[in-house]
Amino acid sequence: MSKQKIVLKYPTHVVEEPVIYNLVKDFDLKVNILKADISPRKEGRMVVEIEGDQEKYLKAVDWLKEQGLGIFGLQQQIVWREDLCTECGSCSAFCPTGALEIQRPEMRVNFNESKCVACEHCLMVCPVRAIEAIKEET
Amino acid sequence: MAKTIGEINERIRKGEAVVVTAEEMVSVVEEKGVSEAAREVDVVTTGTFGPMCSSGAYFNTGHTAPKIKLGGGRVFLNDVPAYTGLAAVDLYLGCTAIPDDDPRNRDHPGDFRYGGGHVIEELVSGKEVKIEAESYGTDCYPRRRLEGYFDLSSINEAVLFNPRNAYQNYAVAVNTSSRTIYTYMGILKPDMGNANFCSAGQLSPLLNDPMYLTVGIGSKVFLGGGVGYVAWHGTQHNPSAPRGDNGIPQAPAGTLSLIGDLKGMNGRWLRGTSYLGYGTTMTVGVGIPIPVLNEEVCRCTAVKDRDIYAPVIEYSHDFPQATGKILGKVSYADLKNGRITVEGREVPSAPLSSYPRAKEIAGILKDWIEQKQFYLTEPVKGIPGPDSGYAQQPFKGRQV
Repeated sequence: MSKQKIVLKYPTHVVEEPVIYNLVKDFDLKVNILKADISPRKEGRMVVEIEGDQEKYLKAVDWLKEQGLGIFGLQQQIVWREDLCTECGSCSAFCPTGALEIQRPEMRVNFNESKCVACEHCLMVCPVRAIEAIKEET
Repeated sequence: MAKTIGEINERIRKGEAVVVTAEEMVSVVEEKGVSEAAREVDVVTTGTFGPMCSSGAYFNTGHTAPKIKLGGGRVFLNDVPAYTGLAAVDLYLGCTAIPDDDPRNRDHPGDFRYGGGHVIEELVSGKEVKIEAESYGTDCYPRRRLEGYFDLSSINEAVLFNPRNAYQNYAVAVNTSSRTIYTYMGILKPDMGNANFCSAGQLSPLLNDPMYLTVGIGSKVFLGGGVGYVAWHGTQHNPSAPRGDNGIPQAPAGTLSLIGDLKGMNGRWLRGTSYLGYGTTMTVGVGIPIPVLNEEVCRCTAVKDRDIYAPVIEYSHDFPQATGKILGKVSYADLKNGRITVEGREVPSAPLSSYPRAKEIAGILKDWIEQKQFYLTEPVKGIPGPDSGYAQQPFKGRQV
């Protein structure tokens, strides 16, 4: 069994295909959609967590690539620039997973990368732009 | 047993002064009591590091040959417009100024990535900024255009002069509407999804001197990483705000106008800041040393987060429409814990003002005093206090 967080980039022609349905039905994978930005006839982007048999997961990745989807790793996606951060903590109310959190009682801000699902809410909240999104293909 | 600022400075000079931060002072007074703490402690240092929109700097660029009259002309620093309604080469740059071609909120919510505060941050960080100017030309100032670069070392004066800083307490912002709103208090989720607050609480300068017993015009302070002074009471100074039994305002109250040499400051403590859908501002570091002149001052500096209450204000309707309605009051102890109760509902709370940086400022100021690099000044005049009758008022001019 393996659990992976990946970013799926949908080219225009795939947006209307039932990609997630196929992942579940044909590859027996548990797919949890963490973030999706999909519109008809437009390029789309989806952050998913996929859980299932490693072999089936790799077959699914091959199939996704055949369909023309881009697959990106999530690990390097969100970068907390500690040197730019003022530790105000306003991101903490927007981070849905607690990856960016305030450590009490000191009120220090900490980023726990393993909890980050790259939803990018923090990017719009951070008043000093101390969070960067870096898209890196795996 | 009262002390004078002169006596405290003498103790600083001899290396005998006892200096503690406002956070440390809480436990000092809890352990020793007010009388003993007042005898032992000479100075309590405070700090705050939050967005302060009424901030900016004035510059004198020096004259070019031939001369140009920037006054009355148009000047842009890194595309951000500066105020030129002054003498020939004097300029004022406010932190909320944004480039003319910034799309603002046309594509709502606008990003507001760069403004006057960012220009000031670049300058204090030693960077060059681009100046583009045009003017109308006179017999004595014939030049009409100027394009070039300068940094702080290549101009005459660069002075941070902020009409309003260091708000004594502030509102807690929530949104009861059904849509997300983008405010100067940050992004507020619908249906009271979050609450934002903006004060250093027990470390905040004016919350440690709630009656303005020691802070006044001429008080020497930490400003933007350098040295500044209280120039005046700040705009919207409102000493008549409602206060609790402990004398602490339970609404935004006193403010200070601060001034200091920008050339002695640094970019860690003056940060260009952007609020999505609202605009740009600057996060300013301010720290004020409070001389423990007597027991009354001592008691004030022992203030704790749980003794300070902020009003909860609704920002989709009540704030913009100036209804004056308050949804309740919550303590900074609860605000910092991350959960407050508003109208019976639990709401997650998050700060806009950095407590760790406020603490760092109080620590730096403490070091400066202990190292005899910073002496206290006697204010030349107080600022209007709670009994002065001075109060902030709404617009009373004529609207057409």
